[in-house]
Amino acid sequence: MKIVVPVKLVPDLVEELLIDESGTALDTTWLSLILSEFDDHAIEQAILLKERDGAQVTVVVPDVEGADDVLFTAAAKGADRLIRLVGPFEPTVNNHALARAFAPVVRELQPDLVLTGVQAHSDLDGPVGPQLAGLLGLPYVGYVAGVRVQGDRCLVRKEHPGALLAEMEVALPAVLGIQAAEEPPRYVAFSKIRQAMKTAAIEEWPVDELDPSGGPAVRRLFQPEVGERATMLEGDVDEIATRLVGILEELGVLA
Amino acid sequence: MAVRETFWNIPHWAEVGQYLLGLLTVLIFLLGVARRVRRWRMGRPERRTDRLGARLRAVLVHAIAQVRTVQDPYPGVMHLAIFWGMVALFAGTVLATVDWDITRLFFGFQFLTNGVYVLYELVLDLFGLLLLVGLGMAAYRRYVVRPPRLQGGREREFAWEDAYALAMLALIALTGYLIEGLRIAVLRPSWAAWSPVGSAVASLFAALGDPTGRTLHLVLWITHGLLAFTFIASIPFTKLFHIVAAPLNIFFRSLGPAGALAPAYHSSPVGAATWRDFTWKQILDFEACVRCGRCQDQCPAHASGLPFSPRDLMVKLKLHLWQRGNGRALHGDLISPAEVWACTSCRACAQVCPIFTDPVALIVDLRRYLVNEGEVDPQLQEALANLARYGNAFGQSPRMRARWSQPLRPRIKDARKEAVEYLWFVGDYASYHAGLVEVTRQAAQVFQQAGLDFGILYDGERSAGNDVRRVGEEGLFEMLMERNGAALSRCTFQAIVTTDPHTYNTLKNEYPPEVIGDRPVLHHAELLDRLITSGRLRLGRKLGYTVTYHDPCYLGRYNGVYESPRRVIEATGCTLVEMPRHRERSFCCGAGGGRIWMEEGEVKERPSEARIREAAQLDGVQVLVVACPKDVAMYRDALKTTGYEDRLVVKELVELVYEAMQA
Amino acid sequence: MHQEIYVLVEHLRGQVAEISYVMLAAAQELARGTGGPVVALLLGHDAQALAQDLAADRVLYVDHPALAEFTPDAYQRVLADLMERKPPRALLLGETSVGADVAGRLSAQLGLPLVGYCRTLRADDGTLTFVSQICGGRLMAEGELPAPTALVTMIPGGFKPEQGRSPHPPEVIPEPAPSLEGLRITLKQYIEPEEEDVDIAKAPILVAVGRGIQNQDNLPLAEALAEALGGVVCASRPVVDQGWLPTTRLVGKSGKRVRPKVYLALGISGAPEHVQGITDSEVIIAVNTDPAAPIFDVAQYGAAVDLFDLVPVLTEKVRQARSAPALAAA
Repeated sequence: MKIVVPVKLVPDLVEELLIDESGTALDTTWLSLILSEFDDHAIEQAILLKERDGAQVTVVVPDVEGADDVLFTAAAKGADRLIRLVGPFEPTVNNHALARAFAPVVRELQPDLVLTGVQAHSDLDGPVGPQLAGLLGLPYVGYVAGVRVQGDRCLVRKEHPGALLAEMEVALPAVLGIQAAEEPPRYVAFSKIRQAMKTAAIEEWPVDELDPSGGPAVRRLFQPEVGERATMLEGDVDEIATRLVGILEELGVLA
Repeated sequence: MAVRETFWNIPHWAEVGQYLLGLLTVLIFLLGVARRVRRWRMGRPERRTDRLGARLRAVLVHAIAQVRTVQDPYPGVMHLAIFWGMVALFAGTVLATVDWDITRLFFGFQFLTNGVYVLYELVLDLFGLLLLVGLGMAAYRRYVVRPPRLQGGREREFAWEDAYALAMLALIALTGYLIEGLRIAVLRPSWAAWSPVGSAVASLFAALGDPTGRTLHLVLWITHGLLAFTFIASIPFTKLFHIVAAPLNIFFRSLGPAGALAPAYHSSPVGAATWRDFTWKQILDFEACVRCGRCQDQCPAHASGLPFSPRDLMVKLKLHLWQRGNGRALHGDLISPAEVWACTSCRACAQVCPIFTDPVALIVDLRRYLVNEGEVDPQLQEALANLARYGNAFGQSPRMRARWSQPLRPRIKDARKEAVEYLWFVGDYASYHAGLVEVTRQAAQVFQQAGLDFGILYDGERSAGNDVRRVGEEGLFEMLMERNGAALSRCTFQAIVTTDPHTYNTLKNEYPPEVIGDRPVLHHAELLDRLITSGRLRLGRKLGYTVTYHDPCYLGRYNGVYESPRRVIEATGCTLVEMPRHRERSFCCGAGGGRIWMEEGEVKERPSEARIREAAQLDGVQVLVVACPKDVAMYRDALKTTGYEDRLVVKELVELVYEAMQA
Repeated sequence: MHQEIYVLVEHLRGQVAEISYVMLAAAQELARGTGGPVVALLLGHDAQALAQDLAADRVLYVDHPALAEFTPDAYQRVLADLMERKPPRALLLGETSVGADVAGRLSAQLGLPLVGYCRTLRADDGTLTFVSQICGGRLMAEGELPAPTALVTMIPGGFKPEQGRSPHPPEVIPEPAPSLEGLRITLKQYIEPEEEDVDIAKAPILVAVGRGIQNQDNLPLAEALAEALGGVVCASRPVVDQGWLPTTRLVGKSGKRVRPKVYLALGISGAPEHVQGITDSEVIIAVNTDPAAPIFDVAQYGAAVDLFDLVPVLTEKVRQARSAPALAAA
């Protein structure tokens, strides 16, 4: 079985997000990129499938800062092939462009399964997975929290609101948007990642042009106005607790 | 003439038998020792043959004089009595053999004659008595007093072995006296008074008469011989082996600083999966252990109720060593992950071990294996991921590392851009923890007041990695060390000062010489001590608090810094009342070894809470002084959870100095 | 220029999801700008009744057995067919396990622009504007809604669902389904969440725990407070993912929307996926050591203190207040 995991790096929210002079985009000088959390789960799910059913796992990343770290970590976890797409990728490349860049790679690799994160927090133009599926003409199911491959189809568990799960059968090849891997992403020792840096080979696949059309034009990027912020209660713990009791009494909750 | 008639009443066949059996015994003994040594050598290599003089001295001090053993008075004296009793009797036997089989046979004279002989008899009689007294003390302790560390855990499995050792020695000594008594009763030599115990025993047999006496003597002589040979032959197969292994373990112990861990093995597996992965010296550690349990008594993890004991760890490792492959794996079977992760790396165990085992190093190697297999709990996983990405376990941006310093004027020098005299390596907790930044600012102001030329690395600083290493993530430690090393190499400084004992330990003992060279690494307690003593820092106020002081593990036990903080406390005009457990016996707050990053587990009483209760019992003490940022956090939390907030206040050493500075 | 605003009505097991009403309200706003009708798209089987309270000008209803419950492939085909035959000015879908499965695929297949995480839509003098919330709620992106046809996936918060409900049933127009042979995705079964011990959606007082609770062993703290208040403990995703509380207690996008009188958020940062579930609360009180945590933007009252310090004290005071109201005022 062949699994391809296209992933992306997104702004690390631990750092401050600054808006550039034009007011329409992020200032990339201090921007730090980190693997999208759901893509991390996608990699984990792929490795789990490899361990359970035997598969070749290929991870594909666009050439932005931090791409190599992502690939080497994936290799240390058990990924077989590492592909970095080399092209005019900005850190803030949109998903329409990414999906169009991933599509020919996936077509060439001919996988049975494409796993990618169900969403990323920077998806202003919608997540990558469904678009990739659309370009390739493959079925897509998102919010997947469990995958069982059975021959030429797979059984997935899809999360609906209210903790309701829908079990769906999907004909392969297919694209799945992973919400949660069946196990939380594993820990891999730093020495293994370093080892991977020495032994693992990253294939560079060129992408000549990026086509971001389909993504909305941003007129203004801004930090949300903190309209009615909470009334912050001051004082020591005792004073705060007393005030809270007062508030609760006013609400009639302590009757 | 008084002379030792060695084989009086012993027929020729018995004499020959004795020599033959003796030979057999020695063979069995040597084979037994060889078997064990061969197994040790199947471990990984390690060089421990440097500084032979110091090693021999250690054997004299700790194996002969048994300085550590005596620190626990009752068992210490008891053991010395048994030890010297045995040594004397053994020496006596050797002398008798030389006298009879060498000097008499080959050189035609005996030296155990007259004055020498009667002195010999007296000394042996008295030492034999000493031996019996020691054995009596031991039996009383083990079977009547029943101290906790000799019960429970894995001890029951070895009850026969412990009883065997005591019983055999006692029987040998007793039969020895009986033989002596019978001989004296029959021969009635004129110098009998020089064997007081023998004479006393002889009086019991006075009524027996000659043939009975002689027969009894022979029977007992044979019994005594058989017992002695059995004893000697059994040494390599029972806990008595410590007679051989303990001095060896002391001889081969690490002479490097306690705070320098051995690097991880470069060959697979990383860390210890089975006994073969330990070095021969580590294997010797758990072979030499006699299960005395002193380590367990000191261990904060054990005291908190976690299912962990350093002594039991040793026992399990030894069991694992000798299982011959039938059965149980080490990880997850004999030793659970909870046990491996329970340790705080405080070294109270290694500090107190009479034969210098190092449980901490064993645990780190076990952890290295688990980390390599990816078996870490989610909280620890998150901390390590944060350390790798952001250089701190809090998951905060490295760019915010020096935010605490922003309100200060003048701005603290950037050691990356300017030369400084003291490079202040601040550390994670002091930089990021919301409750501690005020202490860090006060430290800066104290340094400024003293006119110190100092700077910080700002966001070039990363966690120094001490606890990353103790958690077993050697690869991450190396990365942090490289990054910090690169940052330091680009700076110009004369000395490093840090407010964090964990940072202090690793910078001082583990960072490569190219990075720091012979520039001193100081803890702020040491620096403050110097500044105050030299007069550079004047303390205008006498604070007058009655305080107690918690010796941080990595400052005190690991690096021997006890006096500086005490002098500083005194200089601030406070009265110091020592904690019951202080200096080398200081009791860990429970945060070290990465524990502060892990899930707590089934703890019945947190070590920090136990320590607060200990401090609260000191009459008149208002302040608990600490010298480590993690201690500040741990103890302030513990004050709340124990409800002692009104009774005690926790202050960092630098807070005292800051307060005393306000004239 | 197209004028219609389409809204994909999301329903699961006979229930219309609240996001559908939010989208209808948004559609009304857009329709003021285009002059065109709000058209609800209802796909299902024997599901006409679901159209009853939709505040739309009309409902296009596609009935087919394969549409009885949501599956991405079937919905995909119907919508693609419809969009090609009768393209609107905009198609609004939920940023959900229903809408988000389909939107991106339509965008790629039909070459239509897509706006994600959209919170607000406005018609300002004929220009249609979107405002999306990205990067965990830290950034807002505003722009013109692409023409001539745009796909939009919406998150709740910008519009009140009440505005999307109508007391008068709209006109329901049957719409033919394209061929739904050879579907590549089929629904096998639904798996219910575990036995509900409590329905947090009905609880009047909720004590919510997030990552800040740190450890399963600390849950009793929150439980004690909940008990003292006569409320129930619920949680954000990190707590449920660890298995410290069952999924029935999950509040947020993948969990439940709650509407208590008081929502006490302990150690919760306020990520949008969680906040989505609590905006119907009457009063939100948040406790978090980080004064910059986004939760304080939705809460009415906040305290930037350590929950481990506050909760025991608060529990005690609440107990006292309950047993001796007059004394508590002192």
